[in-house]
Amino acid sequence: MTAEVNASLDFNTTTFPNKRQSADDLKAVGNEIRRDIIRMLVRAGSGHSGGPLGSADIFATLYFGGYMRYNPADMNDPSRDRFVLSAGHMAPVLYAALANAGCYPKDEQATLRQYNTRLQGHPGRDMHLPGIETSSGSLGQGFSIAVGMAMSDRLVDKSDKRVFSLTGDGELQEGSIWEAAMSAAHFHLDNFCWIIDNNDCQIDGRLPDVMNVYPIDAKCESFGFDTITVNGHDPADLMRGFDRFIENQKNKTGKPTAIIAKTYMGHGVSFMNDKFEWHGKPPTKDQAIAALEELAQMP
Amino acid sequence: MELLGSKPTRFGFGDGLVELGERHSNVVVLGGDITGSVMTSLFKEKFPDRFFSIGIAEQNATTIAVGLALSGKIPFFASYGAFCALRNADQLRISVCYNEANVKIGGGHAGISVGPDGATHQVLEEVAFLRTLPHMTMVVPADYEEAKKATIAMGEMVGPAYIRFGRSPVPMFTTPDTPFELGKANVVMDGSDVAIIANGAMVWESILAAKELAKKGITARVVNVHTVKPFDFATVTAAARECGCIVTAEEHQVHGGLGGAVAECTAKNAPVPIEFVGVKDSFGGSGDPEELMVKFGLTWKEIYASALVAMERRDKGSSGVRALKEVASYTA
Repeated sequence: MTAEVNASLDFNTTTFPNKRQSADDLKAVGNEIRRDIIRMLVRAGSGHSGGPLGSADIFATLYFGGYMRYNPADMNDPSRDRFVLSAGHMAPVLYAALANAGCYPKDEQATLRQYNTRLQGHPGRDMHLPGIETSSGSLGQGFSIAVGMAMSDRLVDKSDKRVFSLTGDGELQEGSIWEAAMSAAHFHLDNFCWIIDNNDCQIDGRLPDVMNVYPIDAKCESFGFDTITVNGHDPADLMRGFDRFIENQKNKTGKPTAIIAKTYMGHGVSFMNDKFEWHGKPPTKDQAIAALEELAQMP
Repeated sequence: MELLGSKPTRFGFGDGLVELGERHSNVVVLGGDITGSVMTSLFKEKFPDRFFSIGIAEQNATTIAVGLALSGKIPFFASYGAFCALRNADQLRISVCYNEANVKIGGGHAGISVGPDGATHQVLEEVAFLRTLPHMTMVVPADYEEAKKATIAMGEMVGPAYIRFGRSPVPMFTTPDTPFELGKANVVMDGSDVAIIANGAMVWESILAAKELAKKGITARVVNVHTVKPFDFATVTAAARECGCIVTAEEHQVHGGLGGAVAECTAKNAPVPIEFVGVKDSFGGSGDPEELMVKFGLTWKEIYASALVAMERRDKGSSGVRALKEVASYTA
């Protein structure tokens, strides 16, 4: 795409294939996801900027790196792998990933948070947007639902379908997260992959100041997860994490996988980068134009 | 209406689950550690491959059930109502009901008749909460057979459903042939002087009260509203219009439960005097079930007295003081 198209406030029609591709190509997908997040949020006038921008590379790698097996034309296909966004407030990044995969029209992203939209402020299953597996937004719950899905696939149906779930790191303060983590290990769900978006920020500030959840890796390990920490802005490193999960499943290790993705909230937009103030607000029009111009310089 | 013995309603839940398991291979059950107590142990013995122990983690069990439901299973999770209706309230609201997930919850140890375990385990508030949840079906069966039928019915309908059952034996008066339909109240005894609208263990007490009222020449219509949601507006409205006054009876707080539902219905459709029999804004306590039912005013005597008060309020437009004085000597 041209820099001009990339810097535009308007949505384009480009979609990307879901197959194993180079880290550079995934980087480009991540940046288009970022641009769509900016385009969505500035129209909506409310919503979360920081987390979605910071996790764009995770979604690019998961949805466009060949790890999630799905058919964009039929997101109800019973053989699909499933992804559950437990951190429901990060909905814009999921919506952008699904749009760029071709699950629904890209220009529908313009309806984020509007009356009757399929792109609810937090994911609403009642709106039937293709790829939304469950409503989420009350933190901790989506993760536990995902464990239930993985139990259904592995223990009841004996299939090799995969279930992925992304939580925030502040979300780890919810006690039910650890109930569910205990269950994933107890039931030997090697078809289950937990991604933790570790940007160290929540609405009120830095994690250790609000309520310390560290060490995250040792907690996940002790709860029975094969745990790997990666650079959440480097698709090559993210692929290392997802490859480890695929290996665990293939080798029937009986262990679920946890990928701790180190990220910066608002990554890709310099004036938002690593600033928790950007957790829950959208850019103004001027800020959006500045952000898109900056992102247009990226691949 | 004759007494056919007594059994806890939880036995009906346990037996109903086994029958459901035989009928449907996608019924799965989640245990919350107290499986023997809430009778999911019967299913576990029969279908070990479809039983999953989640431990003492009601929030997680509820949301795991959602994951299973969204994968085409029919999951049941049972625990004590205090923990599987209220501790997990947020999970029920967002993950179960907003998702319209096909999750079934069995809430045991309901009401004061739990007995010695005391107030922490005697849930008296969950009907009020559950009936406000969109998409929820909420059943309070009156005896063993009804609990069994309700369990099977909720397993065979699509959508979130909750069944409330008790620990202690309660009188049995319905049979396998008694009609049961979710959302359709049963008129247990016909009458036109006063309507007694009850569910759970209070239906039998209502029958006893009606029999006692009959000795005074008063015919009471006893209505068993086993399904609090969806509510049977037609049957309750007809009872209000044709009897002109109502007593509600439930083993639950008088606020927000069956009595609240009846009041909402009649205030709109057919305003009549209502007297509420139930727990009056207090917590329970330890004791034998029978002595607790007396202490908290959950016997036929309170229903009987309330019927006279309701009739006096209807007939004389008074507060019912005269009737209260009369029954004070009668029930002493």
